[in-house]
Amino acid sequence: MTSSAENPDPTKPYSAPPEGLSSVSELEKVLRAGKFAVTSELNPPDSADPADVFEAAAPLADVTDAINATDASGANCHMSSIGICSLLTRARIETVYQISCRDRNRIAIQGDVLGAAAMGVRNILCLTGDGVGAGDQPGAKPVFDFDAISLIRTIRTMRDTGQFLSGRKITKPPHLFIGAAENPCVDPLEWRAERLAKKVEAGAQFIQTNYIFDLPRFERFMTRVRDLGLEEKVYILAGIGPLASAKAARWMRNNVPGIHIPDDVISRLEGADNQGDEGRKICVELLQKMRKIKGVSGVHIMAYRREHLVAEILREAGLTDR
Amino acid sequence: MYRLRLWAVKHSRQFERIYAALETTLVKLHPLFERIGYNRLERPVSVVERTAKGLLFDCKMCGQCVLSSTGMSCPMNCPKQLRNGPCGGVRPGGYCEVKPDMRCVWVLAWDGASRMKEGYRIGNVLPPVDRQLEGTSAWLRASREKALSLQVSDDAERTSLARAFPTARITEPAAAPLAQEPDTQRKSGARK
Repeated sequence: MTSSAENPDPTKPYSAPPEGLSSVSELEKVLRAGKFAVTSELNPPDSADPADVFEAAAPLADVTDAINATDASGANCHMSSIGICSLLTRARIETVYQISCRDRNRIAIQGDVLGAAAMGVRNILCLTGDGVGAGDQPGAKPVFDFDAISLIRTIRTMRDTGQFLSGRKITKPPHLFIGAAENPCVDPLEWRAERLAKKVEAGAQFIQTNYIFDLPRFERFMTRVRDLGLEEKVYILAGIGPLASAKAARWMRNNVPGIHIPDDVISRLEGADNQGDEGRKICVELLQKMRKIKGVSGVHIMAYRREHLVAEILREAGLTDR
Repeated sequence: MYRLRLWAVKHSRQFERIYAALETTLVKLHPLFERIGYNRLERPVSVVERTAKGLLFDCKMCGQCVLSSTGMSCPMNCPKQLRNGPCGGVRPGGYCEVKPDMRCVWVLAWDGASRMKEGYRIGNVLPPVDRQLEGTSAWLRASREKALSLQVSDDAERTSLARAFPTARITEPAAAPLAQEPDTQRKSGARK
């Protein structure tokens, strides 16, 4: 998937990106070339063994353009995103380093951005983060020193102005492709596109959305996005994923923040002989329909504990030879 | 108070007018304030501000009030203290992810902004809060900043932040302040 030419060599000076690009990111290259991009996310291990990271990445590495390493998603503790990205980069696998504002303040985050860039990270996804109450350690202190948007602007300032937010100079600024999330299917529905505009204004270059199971809602969102001319300014990757069963879908809807699954999707799963197969079929259908929506530049497949299905989903959707 | 806070957002247009008038008055009073000394005014003004805004908006005295840019819904009541819009976890009907019984502060904010003359200001990218200013009067800061809008700070951190968030500097200067703080306690921060 990734070419090896620009991969970091610790003995060589930090190199500047090619003309017209803000990073040496393969994902940025794919998107700028107008190809339909596919990213996916990895289930981070509860382990200190690098082999577990490579095992988790194996089903995704050859079929996607980049792998997101989540940053304690759902406020559950796992191996850190920066650790995973560092390992995968060394195996020449393109990563998206996720930063949530929940756990670290501005001092820690700006330092990590430099550290990540030095270890070969080229794509960063800026997230607000779920509340600590959603996870396995609800007694933790929520930080939220930045919000996703001030974080985006800060990283852009570090990259383009070569300064920390304190004004101190960064001798070698990081070359990064900056991303953000958006959740088109939850309230306030009428303002989601405006919020996306704010992220673009702050400096976001690509968007990976939360799960979309409600196509009409997503289409309305995209219409508004086009009205605002945002699809010209940012690459939007629509978030999809295969549901395992009606029970799992209900559980997600009730327990994971920001997940909207319409009732008709759940009843379709319930009525199927093999609910897992049906979940995959729904995902393939959504992918094919999203591909036709103007302004959608790719998909982000979140197949939690079903990563083995990603290759199949892409094949069935006719996306193997992109 | 939660109920009063909802009422204030419902009447965001009226509060926008009141706030604009208050700001104009404060800016006009700047020469007088300077003569009295912002230092000496800080205590009494912040007491009044805390009481009035606490009652109406559940104000948390962040010291960098941006109510006019957030539909008169105070963002510091968001459990994640987001300054730039709702997170992705808003519950159906517009309720908070973290406090399910509370209306999302940012759903209210966008609703309030939709009734305001300068409601578009909610689209401006705001900087992170300067935690050193917590508990101080944002009213005095805003008037000082507006009155001295051309002043360039000798504080590198402030200048850098104001440059990184230029729109916020113009519309909500208290959120990206440049003027010297009257409180001499504020250290300029050791930089190495």
